[in-house]
Amino acid sequence: MPGRGENQWKIVLTGVYRGPMTTHDLGRSPSGSATRTRNEGPAVPALLLRGVVKRFGSLTAVDGLDLDVPQGVVLGLLGPNGAGKSTTMRMLTAQSLADEGEIRILGHEVPAESKWVRARMGVVPQHDNLDEELTVEQNLRMFSYLYRVPRHRRREAIARAMRLAQLSDRGATQVDDLSGGMRRRLLIVRALLHRPELVLMDEPTVGLDPQVRQDLWGVISALREEGVTVLMSTHYIEEAERLSDEVALMAGGRIVERGAPADLVATYAGATVEEYQPGPEGPGAVETLVHGHGFTTRRTGTTVSVLRAEKLPDSLRDRLGAPQRRAANLEDVFVTLTGETVE
Amino acid sequence: MNLRQQAREDARPEVHARPGRFEADAVMGVIAREWILYGQSWRATTFAAVVEPTLYLLCFGFGMGALIGTLAGYSYIDFLGTGIVAVSVMFQSMMPAVINTFIKRRFLHTYEGILAAPVDVRELVTGEALWLAMRSGVYGCVPLLVAVGFGLRPGLGMLLVPFVAFLAGFAFALFGIWISAVISSVRSMDYVFSGLFTPLFLVAGTFFPLTELPDWVQTAAMANPLYHAVALIRGAVFGGMDAGSALVHVGVLLGFIVLMWFLAAFQMRRRVVD
Repeated sequence: MPGRGENQWKIVLTGVYRGPMTTHDLGRSPSGSATRTRNEGPAVPALLLRGVVKRFGSLTAVDGLDLDVPQGVVLGLLGPNGAGKSTTMRMLTAQSLADEGEIRILGHEVPAESKWVRARMGVVPQHDNLDEELTVEQNLRMFSYLYRVPRHRRREAIARAMRLAQLSDRGATQVDDLSGGMRRRLLIVRALLHRPELVLMDEPTVGLDPQVRQDLWGVISALREEGVTVLMSTHYIEEAERLSDEVALMAGGRIVERGAPADLVATYAGATVEEYQPGPEGPGAVETLVHGHGFTTRRTGTTVSVLRAEKLPDSLRDRLGAPQRRAANLEDVFVTLTGETVE
Repeated sequence: MNLRQQAREDARPEVHARPGRFEADAVMGVIAREWILYGQSWRATTFAAVVEPTLYLLCFGFGMGALIGTLAGYSYIDFLGTGIVAVSVMFQSMMPAVINTFIKRRFLHTYEGILAAPVDVRELVTGEALWLAMRSGVYGCVPLLVAVGFGLRPGLGMLLVPFVAFLAGFAFALFGIWISAVISSVRSMDYVFSGLFTPLFLVAGTFFPLTELPDWVQTAAMANPLYHAVALIRGAVFGGMDAGSALVHVGVLLGFIVLMWFLAAFQMRRRVVD
């Protein structure tokens, strides 16, 4: 079920994309690759990373990353802090240069053609870098210049962005006077001013309270419905599960698994998880017993969670005691595959 | 193509240049951004641009002027007024280039946002410096007008001052951006202000002629772009500068601009691209 905010976003987007229009040909890029990949079918992936490595001194932040993102897909890049998500995002905008490997965005090579790519891509940064002393409208106007929105479309683009952010009545309000949620909405729509084909969101809801976060999910859902490709890094399991067509689990600078959230859960955690509170013998004894029957477990504090518990034989269940049952989720998959935890 | 795809095509930005090529559109985008910001801060900027040279002229002009009378063939207030134009240009361009650029890069993450748009580091540096140069070109005239109010005789040559101020402002802005990209902390700015700003504006012939200083200081001053800016401004205001000397001064400033542009773009790239 979509949240309250999600429906609002959809209404705004649906309204905005109607109206008179003219053709606007960009031609072809210097590499000869198509600039209208969007209209050429799914042959050219929105993002293609092959063997990408990024080192900072002795630390390897991204370690042989392979990633394909087809056009029109919302891909959640899920991983704990330090997994390499932000470095990957920076490499996609050429603010960080890969030491090894190949990056192609919308058919163009990065960093060689990164400026071309950035004209067709919107980036929502992790850090709020709005100009606080300026108004909402001025912040958007500033970026309409930077994104080179044609002069005669600038006003409309700004109005649209403000509608999208539900800030139409706040155009003259200084950013300093906006709430955290409003600021973040402004930050997101700022990246959509030029109607990008691909949107990168680096932890778009980090630090926001759950209500505001849920409100922001609406815009991502709306973008997905519009066919915009979205790569969203997050360390919120629920966010990745809820918004992504596919999730790529990232740990130690590489993708450890990827797929539709439901498929990943079904493959690695089954349908049900049973949580057992161990007796005086400790969690190790429970784990030994369960592993002996070929089941996978994960620990949450002192509790031992048994995955694929729907297949647990009754004889074993009797020996383990009374469990707490819950549906398996993406966190179970992540912890199982990486041994690490995310929020 | 359906209506929505068509709408997106229709609104796509106009990027015609080949990737990697320097684009005026991107530079203009950076300048437009600064112009919008200026709309918010022009009062404070103008206040500083007017009050500071006025106070200098009042205090030094009347205080020192009463003691000195004439200097290098000019009344001291005329000598000082033209010197302060150049100092004002330096402060109007180099100070914000060092401080604001550092803050925008380090604390406000402004450049992350700009560089996520179709703008590269060279265009960013050029846009920032050009904006400061334009501002200097305008505000550099303020002390000249103040000096006229204090008795400097107006002349047609003064119309060249905004151009000299622009040129010098561009040079100092690039210099400041380079410094801001070199320093790694706010604390380092103390070294810059005391160790660089002070000698630059003292050893440039602004408050007194260099002829009384030791030979090696006079030689070192030839490398000071402010010295050449002061010489050009005095040449424009008082006349009497031959074309050869004017070309040398302009040439030094242009050479300094080219050098600083490369250094600023190179160092800034090292800071914002890892």
